[in-house]
Amino acid sequence: MSTVRLPSVLRANANGERAIEVDGSTIGAAVQELVGRHPALAGQLLTPDGDLHRFVNVYLNGQDVRYLAGLDTPVGDRDEIRLLPAIAGGS
Amino acid sequence: MPTAIREISPPEAQARHAAGATLIDVREQVEWDAGHIPGAVFIPLGTLEQGIAAAVPDKNTEIIMQCRSGARSGRGTDLLQQLGYTNVVNMAGGILQWQADGLPVEAPESLTPAQQSRYSRHLLIPEVGTAGQVKLLESKVLLIGAGGLGSPSALYLAAAGVGTIGIVDFDVVEASNLQRQIIHSTERLGVKKVDSARKSIEALNPDVNVVTYDEMLLADNVERLIAGYDVILDGTDTFETRYLLNDAAVAAGIPVVHASVFRFEGQLTTFVPYEGPCYRCLYPTPPPPELAPGCSVAGVLGVVPGIMGLLQSNEVLKVVLGIGEPLVGRLLLFDALDGTFSELRLSRDPNCPTCSDEARAARERGEWKAPAAYGADQPFALGSIGALGGQAAGRPS
Repeated sequence: MSTVRLPSVLRANANGERAIEVDGSTIGAAVQELVGRHPALAGQLLTPDGDLHRFVNVYLNGQDVRYLAGLDTPVGDRDEIRLLPAIAGGS
Repeated sequence: MPTAIREISPPEAQARHAAGATLIDVREQVEWDAGHIPGAVFIPLGTLEQGIAAAVPDKNTEIIMQCRSGARSGRGTDLLQQLGYTNVVNMAGGILQWQADGLPVEAPESLTPAQQSRYSRHLLIPEVGTAGQVKLLESKVLLIGAGGLGSPSALYLAAAGVGTIGIVDFDVVEASNLQRQIIHSTERLGVKKVDSARKSIEALNPDVNVVTYDEMLLADNVERLIAGYDVILDGTDTFETRYLLNDAAVAAGIPVVHASVFRFEGQLTTFVPYEGPCYRCLYPTPPPPELAPGCSVAGVLGVVPGIMGLLQSNEVLKVVLGIGEPLVGRLLLFDALDGTFSELRLSRDPNCPTCSDEARAARERGEWKAPAAYGADQPFALGSIGALGGQAAGRPS
């Protein structure tokens, strides 16, 4: 079981949950499991083709998975996944 | 049992220093601030034992020790020899003899009595001191936006004695701003934000030269607006402005301290061109507006931009003073509800359209073209194999 941490911009579509336990053994599988459980997240995370939007960064234990193995990065027990969409607010 | 100490005269020390020997000044901060030998390394005697390894890792380096009259540096010479340094000499007569011999001393710009009093808490910190305060007074910081992030930053940077504060904002003060934009006030409703900010800053610290730009940051003015500034504090509210600013700042080689906020959360990092990632490395493409509402739509807890804005000011001060570890290549996340800070590691994208080696070379040839602020979204393909370097991980859409 790994933990996916959701920033507040995603929580509204995940019943307000801040952290969700998933079984997926890769980043891609974990994201698919997450969206399977909270389908409303699909619009925020996935393109119409079902791929992950480029403006959503994914970090495994603080490391950007772009510089690991992308969506195929293996996820172990007690790992922490963060989905981090860009936010612009400043005023 | 102290070993014998060799001594050399100031003119000989000057010649050896010029030939590559390391000159270490072991006096106290106030003495250093009052004037020191150009190129000397400052390590007060009390911190010599801890400080020497970082300053001079090679124990065979030729070292010249120096203080006011030669006494403290004599003890320092003995200490270094006990620590295993093999080539240490003491400069006889210290800086007093150096000056008597007519050799040059670097005297930092001094502060007025009013400034010494105003900045006394800074002057007490060895990492700031007179020299650091002079650096702050000579520094030029540009704030993009006098809003949620810019308001607290502007006040604290002004209080810290940043000598020139530029402010870019085209808005006027509205009632809904006052829940968090503490540089403005109720009596200034309807006033231009740049004018309101100027009033508050000048009331707080007359040392600060406030330069106001009552305009929106756009592609055709960004280069002019940022020219000549040492550091930029990004307190804008839109992706478009953030990308524009990023591209122009990388081209101009100016560090940008970035923060953004959403309800109870904030993100913060410092972009130093070519040393670490830039904004496009972090977020290659912006989300569509409906997925990333700003504060005016989503709301924000007033203290969150306050906290993030002050963390930005902290970064600005570190960059200007050249101290500490700026958040280069690190993204700091703040969650006000959990009361937690988390840190994520960021990397330069070797294929970044703005700061890659290729983009830099093109820029130097005068051939670089800024990417569109709103590029195409190239998604991670869930079915494909993610690759290194951020290239094959996304597929063209």
